[in-house]
Amino acid sequence: MALPPPDPQFVLRGTSAAVHTLYFSCGGPEPDIPLLFSGSENGFIHVWNLKTHRVDTALDGHGRKSVFCVETMDGKDRLLSQGRDQRICLWDLAEGRTSVTDSVFTEHVGFCRCSLLKVAQGRWLMAMAARSLEEVQILELPSKTSVCTLKPEVGAKLGMPMCLKLWQLSCDSQPLLLAGYEDGSIVLWNVSMGKALSQLICHQEPVMSLDFDVEKAKGISGSSEKVLSIWSLNEQQNLQVYKTHELVNAGISDITIRPDKKILATAGWDHRIRIIGWKKLKPLAVLDYHTATVHCVSFSDHSNPRERLLAAGSKDQRISVWSIYAQT
Amino acid sequence: VSFVPGGLDCSISFVSHVLGKVCVHGRQKEILGVLVPHLTDLTKSDCIWQRICWRLVECVPDRWMEAVVLGFVQGAPGADVLSRLLGNLVVKNKKAQFVVTQKMLLLQYGHTTAVLQNLLGYLSLDSLRRALLLRVLQELLETWSSSSAVKHSPAEQQLYISKAILICLSHLKEPEIESCRQELLTRMMEGVKCHLDSSLPQLRRLGMVVAESISLKINTEGPVLKFEYEEDDETRELKSLLVQTPPFCVVPSLPDDDRSEKAGAALPLEPESNEKPHTAAPVMPDEELDAELDSDDDLTPYDMSEDKELKIKAPVYIRDCIEVLTGSRSEDVDKWEATVKALESLVRKNPAATREVSVELAKILLHLEEKTCIEGFVELRQRAQVAVLTTDPIPVAKYLTSQFYSLNYSLRQRMDILDVLVLAAQELSCPKFHGKTKHSGAQKPCIQLLPGSDSSKDWRRIVDERIKSKTRRFDMGQSHVELASCPNEFNSVAGHFFFPLIRHFDRPLTTFDLLGEDHLVLGRLVHTLAILMYLAVNTVAVTAMGKALLEFVWALRLHTDSYVRQGLLSCISSLLLSVPTERILADMTEELLETQSWLGDVMEKDPDGDCRRLALQNLLLMDNLKKKLEAVLS
Repeated sequence: MALPPPDPQFVLRGTSAAVHTLYFSCGGPEPDIPLLFSGSENGFIHVWNLKTHRVDTALDGHGRKSVFCVETMDGKDRLLSQGRDQRICLWDLAEGRTSVTDSVFTEHVGFCRCSLLKVAQGRWLMAMAARSLEEVQILELPSKTSVCTLKPEVGAKLGMPMCLKLWQLSCDSQPLLLAGYEDGSIVLWNVSMGKALSQLICHQEPVMSLDFDVEKAKGISGSSEKVLSIWSLNEQQNLQVYKTHELVNAGISDITIRPDKKILATAGWDHRIRIIGWKKLKPLAVLDYHTATVHCVSFSDHSNPRERLLAAGSKDQRISVWSIYAQT
Repeated sequence: VSFVPGGLDCSISFVSHVLGKVCVHGRQKEILGVLVPHLTDLTKSDCIWQRICWRLVECVPDRWMEAVVLGFVQGAPGADVLSRLLGNLVVKNKKAQFVVTQKMLLLQYGHTTAVLQNLLGYLSLDSLRRALLLRVLQELLETWSSSSAVKHSPAEQQLYISKAILICLSHLKEPEIESCRQELLTRMMEGVKCHLDSSLPQLRRLGMVVAESISLKINTEGPVLKFEYEEDDETRELKSLLVQTPPFCVVPSLPDDDRSEKAGAALPLEPESNEKPHTAAPVMPDEELDAELDSDDDLTPYDMSEDKELKIKAPVYIRDCIEVLTGSRSEDVDKWEATVKALESLVRKNPAATREVSVELAKILLHLEEKTCIEGFVELRQRAQVAVLTTDPIPVAKYLTSQFYSLNYSLRQRMDILDVLVLAAQELSCPKFHGKTKHSGAQKPCIQLLPGSDSSKDWRRIVDERIKSKTRRFDMGQSHVELASCPNEFNSVAGHFFFPLIRHFDRPLTTFDLLGEDHLVLGRLVHTLAILMYLAVNTVAVTAMGKALLEFVWALRLHTDSYVRQGLLSCISSLLLSVPTERILADMTEELLETQSWLGDVMEKDPDGDCRRLALQNLLLMDNLKKKLEAVLS
């Protein structure tokens, strides 16, 4: 007899606006406090203390425009945030400071979250949607120099880039970018050469979110339809459709694979979070807590596997935090 | 009639005279029936015979020329034969030219399509005659694009002219089209405007087909004009006229037609992008992976039985519906959609609750606009309106009829009001059994009053059936089921539907002038009144309604729009069928006599065929009435 799905371990309230993005920073050794960063529609980034379940700091750096991406760079003292004020801000949060050290003016008016990849000590590559409709720009941080601009060829009609993921097979291999576009296709780009390696039409609707498992060379993407598309990368760097997974209700805002690659979580427009096994795409659980569409899901990076958490942020202004399949 | 060709110069003017005389006396068919086949054979390859034939027709005296030419055009089996037989008669003889280019095309309209093909094909086959073809086309287009012609000439004539235009177009060659391209374009624009203004759907369709064809011919590359209309036999026939299949090789015309057809018909295709991304077939997982035993497989799923499709719940109370529909919370579009879909059944299930808020609901529905893309939104809204109206007829009817004559409504909304009133009246006047409305087949066939449909045709069918049922039959089996009787709900409210609509028709408002530009709405109003009159049979108010309707019809009887006139005549039919005979004869005798003389006029002189038919029908009904009265009195 299957058990009923678990309740959230706790729920964070207090953002007073829809939550668009979440990022855990719990990897630090004791006595570091595990933190959860959240970006909301009212332009604030809240730093949640996961021990007290309260907001430690609130960062206001995007002119009250919605923040839709937050990510830490090398631990919780450096934060990157992206907002609808067309800016990407770099924050210095060490020793209680809350200042914006740098910012990049993207001129991008869409919702495409940027993607970070650490390539060397103190150096990152950041992929972001640029001003021109179909282009993706790769910048090097913190120098903010442009590495290349990835332009689809004329007449390709991909539309806006919707989601990005920078990755590399190992520390010294070439960085690659997976980009999902408005027309439902995913393109694999070689960043150093600035060329597209492969393109695959996965969906009929815009690709809302994607995630990629580097070791297995397998990825998953969701859109506004009722299917998730699972695709793989073969030796010739070609994308191929592997499977599709039917959903009960249409619409996915976010997908993320847990760092141990055993399960993945999807954030749905039907207010539900779905947990699916990554190996065989076996549906595992449906977490039904929120009362409005779930915008983002994120797994924590706890070094102790038993403490691992899953957080989901929703339009109903709550962040639910779950402990699920933490024992394995 | 077999001549032996000698090398003699014979005078055939005598034969011409005979031919002319016979034709003028109406015997064209007989004599030409024999003559034409012979001449066709003889002139096939023999030049001398051709010349003899030409002399034959040229010598016919002018006063008989018309009959002879008419006979030849009608009798010839094809344009090429006609060309051989008549030669350049039209160029040489003024009378023949008049008959062929003016009389047969513009003044008469009874000829068949084959005759038109003959005539116009004949004009196109010789370079001397082609100038006439162009002139003919110009004159036809002038008539086609004149607004008074569209308004006043009968539909059959307009069809005839449209056919002639299309056949002319099919014969034109590129250089000729080039030379008159600008004029074609101007005429097309004027003509299409007049046709689309018309209230009769057939004329609108004619205009659209001809305009499309002209556009096809003058724009050989680039997008052509394309209208949306329902194809039917008539439009298909018209379109088929555009393609000519010449019987013998007049080589230039064939490739021209083909080329312009092909080029015009295909819209320029978007260039396909070179790199077509591949959608490979799904790669089946290898056997080996399956065999792998993984600790991951130990992840036990939780109970997911609660995971069902998300259904947005529609509100269960009418007042909640009102809140959702008027709500400023525009984000909750799912709920709005669910409300719109559920509203009709809610209204019908909760009549008491609906009655409390009926007028408010009617107001909301009248102004409700499509917020999201729901399928069948217009129908859903209409059904909800009908439900509200039938649940609480008097106040809602009062509201709707007052709004019909108010400022700042669109024509579409006013016509919606009329449609809703009719549908509700129909529902109220039909007997219901077992709580469900059953539109019984025998007496009152079900009418789908979709917006834009030609409801006058349906109602004519119903009136016909009613007439049939009122004529005495001696041997009619009881084939239809007896309906359970119940009180006629339309009885108490018929007046509320009818009189407010008829009251203010002659008062123009700033944005709405029934007697002026908005004659389309006037036409719909008149038809609505006819239907309401028809449905008011057996109600108490029917006599008063009849009197008011007669006065109304009398005031508008000379209206220029044929759709309005058809409606007025339907009103008379409904009146004669619904008002009890005794009341007609007691209260309305003088008006009826006046109406009778008007109907006689319409039957004889009205340019529209449907109007004439309706007038005849009404006169027959009146006749029936008289006979019935005489039967009663005697």
